[in-house]
Amino acid sequence: MSEVERDTNRPPGSRAASRSGRDEETRAQEWMTRRRFCQAAGLSACAVAAGGTAALSAEFLNPRVLFEPSTRFTVGPHEAIAVGSVLTDAEHRVFVLRLHDGFRALSSVCTHLGCVTRYQPDEKCIFCPCHGSRFALDGEVLAGPAPRPLHWLQMALSERGEIVVDTAVEVRPGTGFRP
Amino acid sequence: MDWVKALTGNRVWRSIVRHGIRATNRNRVMLVMENVLLHLHPAKVRRRNLELSSTYYLGGLSLTLFAVLVMTGLYLMLYYHPSVPQAYDDMKELQFVVSNGVFLRNMHRWAAHAMVLAVFFHMLRVFYHRAYRPPREFNWVVGVVLLILTLLLSYTGYLLPWDQLSFWAVSVGTNMVKATPVLGPKFRFLLLGGNIVGENALLRFYVLHCALLPLALVLGIAIHLWRVRKDGGVRGSAGRARAAERRNGRVQP
Repeated sequence: MSEVERDTNRPPGSRAASRSGRDEETRAQEWMTRRRFCQAAGLSACAVAAGGTAALSAEFLNPRVLFEPSTRFTVGPHEAIAVGSVLTDAEHRVFVLRLHDGFRALSSVCTHLGCVTRYQPDEKCIFCPCHGSRFALDGEVLAGPAPRPLHWLQMALSERGEIVVDTAVEVRPGTGFRP
Repeated sequence: MDWVKALTGNRVWRSIVRHGIRATNRNRVMLVMENVLLHLHPAKVRRRNLELSSTYYLGGLSLTLFAVLVMTGLYLMLYYHPSVPQAYDDMKELQFVVSNGVFLRNMHRWAAHAMVLAVFFHMLRVFYHRAYRPPREFNWVVGVVLLILTLLLSYTGYLLPWDQLSFWAVSVGTNMVKATPVLGPKFRFLLLGGNIVGENALLRFYVLHCALLPLALVLGIAIHLWRVRKDGGVRGSAGRARAAERRNGRVQP
């Protein structure tokens, strides 16, 4: 084993001391030893593999097709809903109200921690059973920990004259609907 | 290498890695002994045992393939429901809809085939090198258990795509179980969770494939590696060992 080869096996700390007297030329030749080259090549290969795995995982974890229920649903013909009535759609978590100034759709999901609220006919208000928030029929918070009014949802009229609500589309509060 | 010093000199690093990074013999031993993942390894290995022809790296290959199978399997589990007929639809969705789904599914499949082969060749290597002889006879038995677990994992995974091939493979396989005297019919009933290859059977095979058998295999691998170390390291070919000792001027005991 030559002097140079043996030296590459020594710990880095002792190398500097033993080589203090060497000339620059030898040091330049040994800048890239076989061991260093193999280390760099191996680490680079690992980095490429890790990067590829991360990219592949990110793509894989993102579902391309969702089998979730549609956010758009039909409430029914608008003539069938009497003025002053409050319909509760438990499945889609929506209140559909018909007041004197038209229709409105409010999300029944409490803005506090996402519980489903209930309409209280006696008090003409919306009540959350989890933490006691109360909302007016325009969604405004009357009491309790809820930080924001209930969301107003988009309404439309289908070709057959039925009211359609989309829970995924929010509208500005106060945006009523007149068919 | 100032950044190495900055990284390894601070208190956080030293709280995790107690020994220094200098490549002294003591630190090299400490690196293995103090690392939960490496401590199953011996701290020192004979150079001869690291040569390709000593082991052909077949045990390490099997372990690596198992790691690949665990990772790809975990990914596949994210899109798979073990119910009838959803399982078949999920398998098709993995192939045609999910990004890289077909790649991961094929990787899982080919790694499974390769692992059975690697474990089998590992067994042959140990046999032909006479590495099953005392003091390693118990580890041979552990190895046989690992081979059976590997085959059972392959077999239980076979049902999960819920296509014609898997349905009939499990029908035939469980009827072979039924042919066992006395216990056969009852064992088949328990394995399938009923009399037919149906919803219960799919769920039971899923639980076996994804939880019970992998846990058993991990435990077995831990015992296997620990015993390799306790039995004096791997044993390569006896002829090579004798030749090496002749070269070093030592006499074979």
